[in-house]
Amino acid sequence: MNATYIARGTKLAGRKLKNQMVIMTARDSVLSVLNEVGTLIWDAADGATPLEAIVERKVCAGYDVDRTEALKDAEEFVQDLASDGILIVSDQPIVSSPNKASEAARGEHS
Amino acid sequence: MIATVHECAIDIGGMPILLRTDSSDFVRLLQDRYGSFINATGPRPVFELEVELLSLDSIKDPDQDVQVWRESGRWLMERGDFRAEWETERRRGWVRQTANPYSIDCVLRILHSLILAPEGGFLVHAASAVKNGRAFLFAGVSGAGKTTISRLAPSDVAVLTDEISYVRSGPHGYEAFGTPFAGELARIGANIRAQLEAVYLLVQGQENKIEPVSEIDALQAFLRNVLFFTHDSELVERVFLNAFDFVSGVPVYRLTFVPDAKVWELIA
Repeated sequence: MNATYIARGTKLAGRKLKNQMVIMTARDSVLSVLNEVGTLIWDAADGATPLEAIVERKVCAGYDVDRTEALKDAEEFVQDLASDGILIVSDQPIVSSPNKASEAARGEHS
Repeated sequence: MIATVHECAIDIGGMPILLRTDSSDFVRLLQDRYGSFINATGPRPVFELEVELLSLDSIKDPDQDVQVWRESGRWLMERGDFRAEWETERRRGWVRQTANPYSIDCVLRILHSLILAPEGGFLVHAASAVKNGRAFLFAGVSGAGKTTISRLAPSDVAVLTDEISYVRSGPHGYEAFGTPFAGELARIGANIRAQLEAVYLLVQGQENKIEPVSEIDALQAFLRNVLFFTHDSELVERVFLNAFDFVSGVPVYRLTFVPDAKVWELIA
């Protein structure tokens, strides 16, 4: 099975609020709120780390979940976000410079 | 050929825009439409708009929706009844339309939303009013009760608008300004400003009550009501971040109300 790589989409704005990533796409001005686990995956979406490794390190290490189930959920989650233009999903490492949204995401509000 | 140029400054939100046209009739139409928002005595506006009036038969598709996009540093705006261009850096532009108040009204809304974004401000689908020197916003989509709550305002409350509110970041927080953009009330707002105290998300119900709203719910609700005319990614990001700062700094509540003047006793 091929590895899945994820990177943050372009043309979107995002900020973190109380451990939840809030993202708005420029295409349709739709607002999406990622829960805590979704936000962990978003934070780790560097285009270079396979999704499986992200789930292992960020999700399974911090939550009492079945590894296979967690990976399946994560795959559905990233496909959903990809269809909204929030994530880029590929079976190859994704080489791109960090977009403005990911820079904005570093400014966490509590 | 000798032509006379007529000027008229429309001052909304402390951002006067000078309109220039060769038609004195059109200036009179603007004076009627914008009333106390016509600024004849203030300092010369830094924003300028040339209005070229077209004949009715030059309108190709009156039903075409508004489109706003950026091209080579200029904003282009087009609807069935007008075409306009705005240069942000030079703070000037032009509009071609027939002699009617609706086209220029739409252009002004777009221009103000573009001018406000870098200033941390918005145009919002909301009624607003000043009570005891403090401003309150009542946000909601059509049918939520913006006009109803404006109509129920007691005599000591100044209604800023029953349709489109104007919010700007000021030295001591956010301020709300009166606007000439009216809804069903069909009356321009009071041309005054006041410190913004709170935002109420309107819901019509069986009783009057105020409930707190989480910051994320507030952000979602507020963004739904901000006027967006374009999908330009830079502008969308700016407005998003402005909205984020706004809901972090201004209390947002859900106001459920029955159409009764007593609801105003809760507003404080």
